Amino acid sequence: MSKAATVKKSYYRRRRIRGRISHGFGIVMLIFCSFIFLLPLYWMVCTALKSEAYVFSVPPQWIPNPVVWNNFVRVFQRMDLLKYIKNTLILSICPVIGVLFSCPMVAYSLTKIPWKGPKYIFPVILATMMIPWQVTQIPMYTIWSRLGLVDTFVPLILPSFFGSAYYIYLIRQFMKSLPSSIMEAARIDGASDIKILYYIVYPMCKSILTTIAVLVFIAGWNDLNGPLLYLQSSSKYTLSIGLQMFRQAANPEWTLLMAASTIFTLPLIVIFFLCQNAFLNGIQTTSGLK
Amino acid sequence: MRHNKKEKAIVKSAKTISATKRERRFFRTGLLFASPWLIGFICFTIVPILLAFYYSFTDYNLFTSPTWVGLKNYIDMFHDPYVGLSLKNTLFMVLIGTPAELIVALCLALLLNQRKVFGLPVFRTIFYLPTLVPVVASAMLFMWVLNGNYGLINQILNLFGIDGPYWLNDPKWTKVSLIIMDTWRCGSAMIIFLAALRSVPASLYEAAEMDGAGGITRFFRITLPYISPTVEFNLLMGMISRFQYFSQAYVFASLTDTAGSIGGGPGNSMLFYCLYLYRQSFLFYKMGYACAMAILLFVIIMLATALTLRVSKRMVNYDVE
Repeated sequence: MSKAATVKKSYYRRRRIRGRISHGFGIVMLIFCSFIFLLPLYWMVCTALKSEAYVFSVPPQWIPNPVVWNNFVRVFQRMDLLKYIKNTLILSICPVIGVLFSCPMVAYSLTKIPWKGPKYIFPVILATMMIPWQVTQIPMYTIWSRLGLVDTFVPLILPSFFGSAYYIYLIRQFMKSLPSSIMEAARIDGASDIKILYYIVYPMCKSILTTIAVLVFIAGWNDLNGPLLYLQSSSKYTLSIGLQMFRQAANPEWTLLMAASTIFTLPLIVIFFLCQNAFLNGIQTTSGLK
Repeated sequence: MRHNKKEKAIVKSAKTISATKRERRFFRTGLLFASPWLIGFICFTIVPILLAFYYSFTDYNLFTSPTWVGLKNYIDMFHDPYVGLSLKNTLFMVLIGTPAELIVALCLALLLNQRKVFGLPVFRTIFYLPTLVPVVASAMLFMWVLNGNYGLINQILNLFGIDGPYWLNDPKWTKVSLIIMDTWRCGSAMIIFLAALRSVPASLYEAAEMDGAGGITRFFRITLPYISPTVEFNLLMGMISRFQYFSQAYVFASLTDTAGSIGGGPGNSMLFYCLYLYRQSFLFYKMGYACAMAILLFVIIMLATALTLRVSKRMVNYDVE
């Protein structure tokens, strides 16, 4: 074997070993990082299952012993958790219906109806996305309070039925890529635009609409600011406000707080595992990568 | 000949009539379908914006009708020490919180993008899970994790002989606590980075490897330029959302407030611009002043966005794809 060949061979071997080491290091880092990211979540569930007596033990009790499932029962007695869950569900499902009703309609008008409107409307929609909500927040509050609708769910639900710039934009981008010929054919066959929208366009937009439904649901489920402004009586509290009030009222009872937080988080995790693709697509669509 | 001409004219006019009729029909349906947005735009955007401008020139407390005060609110803002303080606090989050989150997100994405990672979806899910915890729930969780005496972090630090600070009660550490929590929730940025990293063609890396470029060179010469539009996107989104920083700060500040602070947590260290705006409007009922603050916020966000775009224009490589 020539000298050059052995040098080359040893070079490749060295590189392979180095590659393997760095690959191993990467895997170790990956496991280490996921451990760190999971730790707070584990701590939440772990505290929720501890007995009150062991919460403040030093060094910490890593595995709850005894396991107190009763915390999850007690939290329903101490807080009006069922009512909070019901209110939160109303405030996250109704906007989904509103957005799915209004936004595809507007996007359809912007992409598939040949009229002059889109030329003027679309730039305005883009421009409104730049306005921070803090600017419109106070006048909206004065308007709703003059209408006597503060402390009702109306201010938090009704606007979604009139379209939201961001979601209109996302659906428009998707609809633009649908072939217009299908709609024209349907039109020639005498279908009205409403029929075309509901029987042809909706099914074609299923993926983007699922994504948007998930995004809107999560936004409603998480919302703190809206309920904080508009919901004043405790019978209308959502989980966000209820949790905050519970913590504010008494000395922190960490086991119950963590149990409530776990209950608050669980539905989103279930939804995530049910429609992972809608989630991942959603994030990538919103970033303009798709 | 003459007859023929007449016929042609009739056909032509019929055509134009049907064309205008069609056009009118499309105009009507187009308008009908766009009407939800049009109504919403007038009721929930245009009218409130005009009202906000009007209120910003008035003294208005929600209960009596607004009285015109001219530029007073805008002038007062410049003399209000809390506006300065809240802007300083907000800038801290924008300038330190945003890069912290993006760097961690990018590192995680790079780890996930290695060749031959077993169980990639599992790791991806683990890093994304914190993002799913609702803001208030994660704030509660971090109040517990960062608890000065019994919190998880300080107990772990204790194992190494470090005396952890009272994170949420020490004005020096409050903002760091918030950054730690937000960095934990960097999942969305990570997914976006990961998708961008996937789009870098492998042939570029192979060519660079042939030329003997090491990992670090490859990262700075190939990866980073290639994903620079994504970095810019994440940076802008992170910055804009931090100028509007509210929910997390509201929960922490309301629960750790000390005497002498106006609802901004210990020593007003968590008094961010939008939190102060909220306190001014719904605690002190100075609606006019709060509207002036909101308009200033709009201007600040616009300027910051323009500045970022201008600076990044030279660094971002737009012609990939």
